[in-house]
Amino acid sequence: MFIVNYIKDIFSGVKSLAVGLKRTLYYFSHHKEIITEQYPDNRATLVMADRFKGEVVMTHDENNEHACTGCTACELACPNATIKIITKFDVSPEGKKKKAIDKFVYHLELCTMCNLCIVACPTDAIKMAQTFEHSVYNRADLTKVLNRPGSKIREGVE
Amino acid sequence: MWSFSNISKIIDNWLRDTFNPTWTMVIEMVIAGVCVISLFAILGLVLVLMERRVAAWIQIRLGPNRVGPGGILQSLADTVKLLVKEGMTPDGADKFLFNLAPFIAIIVAMLLMAPIAFAKDFQLWDMNIGVLYVSAISSVMVISILMAGWASNNKYSLMGAMRSGAQIVSYELSAGLSILAVVVLSGSLNLNDIIQSQSDGWWIFKGHIPVVIAFVIFIIAVTAETNRAPFDLAEAESELTAGFHTEYSGMKFALFFLAEYINVFIVCAIGATLFFGGWMPFHIGHWESFNHIMDYIPSSMWFFGKTFFLIFLIMWFRWTFPRLRIDQLLNLEWKYLLPISMFNLLLVTAMAIFGWYF
Repeated sequence: MFIVNYIKDIFSGVKSLAVGLKRTLYYFSHHKEIITEQYPDNRATLVMADRFKGEVVMTHDENNEHACTGCTACELACPNATIKIITKFDVSPEGKKKKAIDKFVYHLELCTMCNLCIVACPTDAIKMAQTFEHSVYNRADLTKVLNRPGSKIREGVE
Repeated sequence: MWSFSNISKIIDNWLRDTFNPTWTMVIEMVIAGVCVISLFAILGLVLVLMERRVAAWIQIRLGPNRVGPGGILQSLADTVKLLVKEGMTPDGADKFLFNLAPFIAIIVAMLLMAPIAFAKDFQLWDMNIGVLYVSAISSVMVISILMAGWASNNKYSLMGAMRSGAQIVSYELSAGLSILAVVVLSGSLNLNDIIQSQSDGWWIFKGHIPVVIAFVIFIIAVTAETNRAPFDLAEAESELTAGFHTEYSGMKFALFFLAEYINVFIVCAIGATLFFGGWMPFHIGHWESFNHIMDYIPSSMWFFGKTFFLIFLIMWFRWTFPRLRIDQLLNLEWKYLLPISMFNLLLVTAMAIFGWYF
């Protein structure tokens, strides 16, 4: 009885090994299955996943208007002080003073891409872009101002 | 015309005409030494790259393919890196043994090159006891591993070395018994005689089931002997850090690393010689015309083709099977491989006596 089990053990062991070998031989011989992204040769066709977090950008529409009210919720939410909001006072045609955003200073060298600022924004003014090639030769290039020159807040926001 | 044996004969005749016999022998020894060392270097480069590429393709990715066309200069870059690294000796290490261990590993590998027949009539030393010599010299490898583990003054290295020593010593038994199967059938320990006896077909085809079983056991046993594949607990990166060669860096580590790959080549060469005919082309019985056509392919190409096929097999094992624990490893040897190989030897002997083979 022991000898029967022993021989059965050996045969089932060898069979399981053969199953494994067949699978790896399949992968070895079918190069179409290779899922490596051959960067940098495929820059033209590269599509990142929707949830990929690259850097923070402020969305502007065709009229160069954005949705940022200068509420500094993102600055408060950021865990390491990457964002600094500088506000100014806009004088409206009726002479009323309204707070508006002057500069949205964003330190890319400090950003951890944690997405907390996007979640905190009440007006969906900022989003995560899908760029990942951030290397620069001069460190000052990493301190960015996110609102474009000459842009102002869209009507109807806030 | 341009076979290895012809070239060596031309050089031999030229040397004999130019120098007296003693000087001829000395110069020939120097040439042989240089050839062996350059073969080591080339094999090291080729096998490391082959391992990385085969591993990558099995894991659905590409291997190194940037350094040089198709990645062929990658090994060169790795070699330069290892050469310029600082070789550190730990504080309480036994200096003599620590420095000696990698050299013993390389010396064993070099000694094992002697009986291997790379092509027709192209052997360093045609000795009568080729198979016994290979079996005996490969046992000396254990000493270098134990020296490395002990002299490192590191308890994890020592544990890795003890485990590795136990593993190598156990698997030598099965490897030896499975080699004996072919020796029994061909009746000689001389590697040339064994190759000649395969001129009408390789032993793996002629001696059917018992020799196939012997081959399977041989492949498993030599994979364990060279500390490779699923049996690399002693040096696995994530287990005992790097086992017995944890404390080695720079040139000494390069020597251990090289010795491991050369050992893989040597055991595959022995396996190709014993089971697949060495440099003997693929002959079928007495089909004269077929055999004649097969003879057109040079014998060195047959030898290297078979050896690299076996090397691919061993690399395939590494990236397919999960690692065995030390108790599973020793269990496999003492409870499964050894009884099967002993029983197999009995079968082969019966087969040889009654002539039940082709």
